[in-house]
Amino acid sequence: MDKTSADWPVAFILNDREVSVGAVPGERLSDTLREKLGQRDVKIGCNAGDCGACTVLIDGAPVCACLTPTQQAAGRTVETVSGLTSGDPVALRLVESFQDNGAAQCGICTPGMMVSAVALLRDEPAPDTARIEDALGGVLCRCTGYRKIIDSVRDAAAGIAGTANGSGAVGTAIRRVDGLQKITGAEAFGDDIAPPGTLVLRVVRSPCPRASFVLGDLDGFVRATDGVEAALTAADVTGRNCYGVIPAFADQPVFAEAETKFRGEAVAAVIGTPEAMQRFDMDRFPVTWTELPSTLTVEAATEAGAAQLHPGRDGNVMCGGFVRCGDAQAALARADVTVEGRFQSGFVEHGYIEPEAGYATYENGKVVIHACTQAPVMDREAMEVILGWEADRIRIVPTAIGGGFGSKLDVSVQPFLALGAIKTGKPVRMTYSRVETMQSTTKRHPSDITLKIGATRDGRICGFDFRGQFNTGAYASWGPTVANRVPVHASGPYRVADYRAEAKGIHTHCPPSGAFRGFGVPQSAIAQESLFDDLADKLGMDALEFRILNALDDNVPTVCGQVFAQGVGIKACLEALRPAWAEEREKAEAFNADAMADGRPERRGVGLAAGWYGCGNTSMPNPSTIKSGVRADGTVVLHQGAVDIGQGSNTVVTQIFAQALGVPVEVIHRIGADTDLTPDAGKTSASRQTFVSGNAARLSGAALRRQILQMCNVSEEARLSFADGEIVIGDGGEHRIDLSNLEADADGYVLRACETYDPPTKPLDANGQGEPYAQFGYAAHLAVVEVDTALGTVRPQRFVAAHDVGKAINPILVEGQVQGGIAQGLGMALMEEFIPGRTENLHDYLIPTSGDIPPVDTIIVEVPDAHGPHGAKGLGEHVLIPTAPSLLNAIRHACGVRIRKVPATPSAVLAALKGRDR
Amino acid sequence: MGYATPDTLADAVAHLAAGQPRIIAGGTDFFPALGDRPAPAEILDISRIDELRTISRTANGWRIGAAARWSDIIKADLPACFDCLKLAAREVGSLQIQNAGTIAGNLCNASPAADGVPPLLTLDARVELTSTKGTRELALSDFITGVRKTALETGEIVSAILIPAMPEGGRGHFLKLGARKYLVISIAMVSAVTWTDAQGAIAGARVAVGSCSAVATRLPGLEAALPGKTASDLAAMPEIWSAHLSGLAPISDIRGSDAYRLDAAQEICRSAVLATLSGGSADG
Repeated sequence: MDKTSADWPVAFILNDREVSVGAVPGERLSDTLREKLGQRDVKIGCNAGDCGACTVLIDGAPVCACLTPTQQAAGRTVETVSGLTSGDPVALRLVESFQDNGAAQCGICTPGMMVSAVALLRDEPAPDTARIEDALGGVLCRCTGYRKIIDSVRDAAAGIAGTANGSGAVGTAIRRVDGLQKITGAEAFGDDIAPPGTLVLRVVRSPCPRASFVLGDLDGFVRATDGVEAALTAADVTGRNCYGVIPAFADQPVFAEAETKFRGEAVAAVIGTPEAMQRFDMDRFPVTWTELPSTLTVEAATEAGAAQLHPGRDGNVMCGGFVRCGDAQAALARADVTVEGRFQSGFVEHGYIEPEAGYATYENGKVVIHACTQAPVMDREAMEVILGWEADRIRIVPTAIGGGFGSKLDVSVQPFLALGAIKTGKPVRMTYSRVETMQSTTKRHPSDITLKIGATRDGRICGFDFRGQFNTGAYASWGPTVANRVPVHASGPYRVADYRAEAKGIHTHCPPSGAFRGFGVPQSAIAQESLFDDLADKLGMDALEFRILNALDDNVPTVCGQVFAQGVGIKACLEALRPAWAEEREKAEAFNADAMADGRPERRGVGLAAGWYGCGNTSMPNPSTIKSGVRADGTVVLHQGAVDIGQGSNTVVTQIFAQALGVPVEVIHRIGADTDLTPDAGKTSASRQTFVSGNAARLSGAALRRQILQMCNVSEEARLSFADGEIVIGDGGEHRIDLSNLEADADGYVLRACETYDPPTKPLDANGQGEPYAQFGYAAHLAVVEVDTALGTVRPQRFVAAHDVGKAINPILVEGQVQGGIAQGLGMALMEEFIPGRTENLHDYLIPTSGDIPPVDTIIVEVPDAHGPHGAKGLGEHVLIPTAPSLLNAIRHACGVRIRKVPATPSAVLAALKGRDR
Repeated sequence: MGYATPDTLADAVAHLAAGQPRIIAGGTDFFPALGDRPAPAEILDISRIDELRTISRTANGWRIGAAARWSDIIKADLPACFDCLKLAAREVGSLQIQNAGTIAGNLCNASPAADGVPPLLTLDARVELTSTKGTRELALSDFITGVRKTALETGEIVSAILIPAMPEGGRGHFLKLGARKYLVISIAMVSAVTWTDAQGAIAGARVAVGSCSAVATRLPGLEAALPGKTASDLAAMPEIWSAHLSGLAPISDIRGSDAYRLDAAQEICRSAVLATLSGGSADG
């Protein structure tokens, strides 16, 4: 075969059917499969072979479809996850084991994992763990921490049935209610909604951190460019060209006007047919740039004469947060021992595998935006401002979300899509490239923290003085929340009577720092938990017992003066680590003695750290509303607006609701978040959904049940079952409600309930005293590492993670959150640093792979909280907080060096071992 | 001319002579470099040329077709001195990349961190270049001339990697140091090939270091110092690993400092050479 053609049909076998498709030179197989052959089960995460989400089998071998020219498929057999899971026996076993183990969280990497696993098990029916890790090594996952995926492959190979077989009652492990579609690739993410042929929008972005620019003749450009339909600029913004998640700090334009404030900031957009945009070179867009001097660090931005990013924010200080109780200076002066240090961290990228994507239509004066988002109602509020429209003309329909971790709380594609649909009058889609998502969306704040802590000889903390500066980037985003949360949490879950903590957010010409799992608390925990080890050392105390001695307890005030009469679980978490702490240190000692005797450079160490996190907004209203109803045919409908970004709110909220109503989970028909259909269950943030939306679901289920029981005047214990057109109520005898006799409302419900829960908090005063949260969750981690003292490499061996979740609504989901949070904390500690302009892809920016996460033993601690549904507390963010400091403390135990700046790369660790700068 | 998929080398070089197509084989460097930009209008796909994928014994050594994939090399039946190349093949990206990426593509991409270069240097590899005018051979060290620079001329295609016959009993090893387990660009890497005399002392050694200079490079000083030494001799002379690094010129970047790279290079040189002496091999 020697063919030469610009667009010859490529014929191949696709999932058992013969296909023939045209492809232009250089077209990626992933695009052809998705856009021309309907295979939206093939997901795209990076278009560079770095993430493996698009893995397909060609003649049985796993390859990245994004790196395969479509023409190379000619005459071959291509298998994708949807084809494999519709009949292949190996794949079908994996479908079961993935569900049983909770191996899919958000589900965006799952097709790549499944396809890779099928290839492995066809080749090697009984692989060991190392072989499984190798086979999955080419697919990145940001949610799970990999262990449950590895377990699933092992179980599928061995024919082991999983344990997610509970009744569905609160406290039992069941499969994720939306798990199957993630595993077969049927789940529709942001890029999976638009029909083929939809107009494509791409954004023109600043090539340097700060630039002035002049746009050329855009009308002429649009007319002269075949297939391009429109260009958008600030002039097309019908409302205010200014948005922000915190209205008082709104400062970010949809399109910059005259000057950009960070590399990657949008100045314009181009909309054209898919064919035109495929051949359009963004360098041809008529814009001229003039680079201006920029300030990229807090030091530079706070120097006298530094360029001011925003009027009214003198010295580039966005805002600060402050908490004071007692007298920190006086206490430090009388302390028997003190320790202090400066701790630093860089930008951390969220690294979800799904880039921001969406699709918008504009019809009859109403814009409908389908996009991956953590906060649909906040998106609508932002669009009201940007469009200058009433809310009833804007509908946000969240798609499945391929990971968020905080960054998808801010709008990204939404304004572009809406403005594009309005301007063209046609549906418009867009998907960020990997570079775009890394350049332009929010990051974890770089931190620069100085901390001094004292203690008395008996081991009690005596004085705590914390100052943190956070690089908040060009725009405010969630920076104010970080500045406020950090002083409230910087003490850690300990009794600190004399405390002063101050945090400031400083603007620079960097991408906006925003929300990322923990809102600044993981950074402050590194400083506090590292110094706690140093303090225990200086006191000659055991690091665990020192923490237990100082741990908060019921009726002991926090640094905000908040006193919980119940529910404080940190001691229980720390005490749960005692056996592993003794055992692992003994093993490390023996290991190190052997290594020294043999002259080997490896050293083992064991480290501890704890953490706490307030669930819900800080001292602010924070309601969730959950609506439910019964249709005349007996269908029970739950309007579940707590966006599931992989953490499992679809399942947890359904379990809580079903239990309150008194029916099995399978009975519930779910309607997801949609600003036209589903009441506001708040944003998926602040570890609030299980707690706040869970409570609203409990109230909604209970209200619906109450109505039914009252109609029959039966006891609380009555059993309900929903049959075709009736409800059967068992109460000794049997009652029936004929639903056809009841009048249906506009939604078609003959019975309905809509309940709201808002956690009780009180404002903080000028000294940060008050009641910021109705509940905290608590955590303590133990990490075991091996450090190669000749190479500076750190290999985590094991984690033991004790988490007080109040009540584990679904223990498998709890484990999933713990393992996934640890993977992110490990990444932050050991390898991740986003450098604008340098690490804007997933091969220069490293996140952990399947070979980097050791086994995690999760200890679920249940100290019930009076406010939580069934006593439950939030969990998502808590996990990441102790991980990094536990690793840093383990490194110190292993080889004696204290790493004060993360990531602790091999280069940094060896430099510390050799006493030189990084 | 669009997308050409010749099935002979002769047709491929004819296409090259007729236009200015971009050559694609595995696509694993082509597409990442392309990013969001439109693809070139002319592409020459060499992945269907059977003669470019074969790995064969020749009269005076071995011939690896330019478009042999890393997974082909892992599966090939090759002597123990090729273990360095097989171990490197297993460290290229991920299985997905190894199933597509080719050995010549790795050389033509000419990254300082190309995983294939140190092992091929220690195998004394030569690069065969073909055009309509004929073929020529260059030593690998002459083929890669700098960061992203090669001696490939217009109209030429790399057609094969040629490995001369190796000393009897030679053993190879490769070590790659990165900040994570898979899908990682190395901070430093070392390939070593040694062969021993009847007493188990090193009779000859070749050592090459990657990611520590613009182009991966052999360490002739170290190679000259190793013969005559046994593993236990080497254990008693730790300074030997640091004494011969003057050919390296590492930079400081996000992956590690220059000083770190020098430290790491000597450490993995030691580990790689000792591994060749202690046996153990990459399974096929």
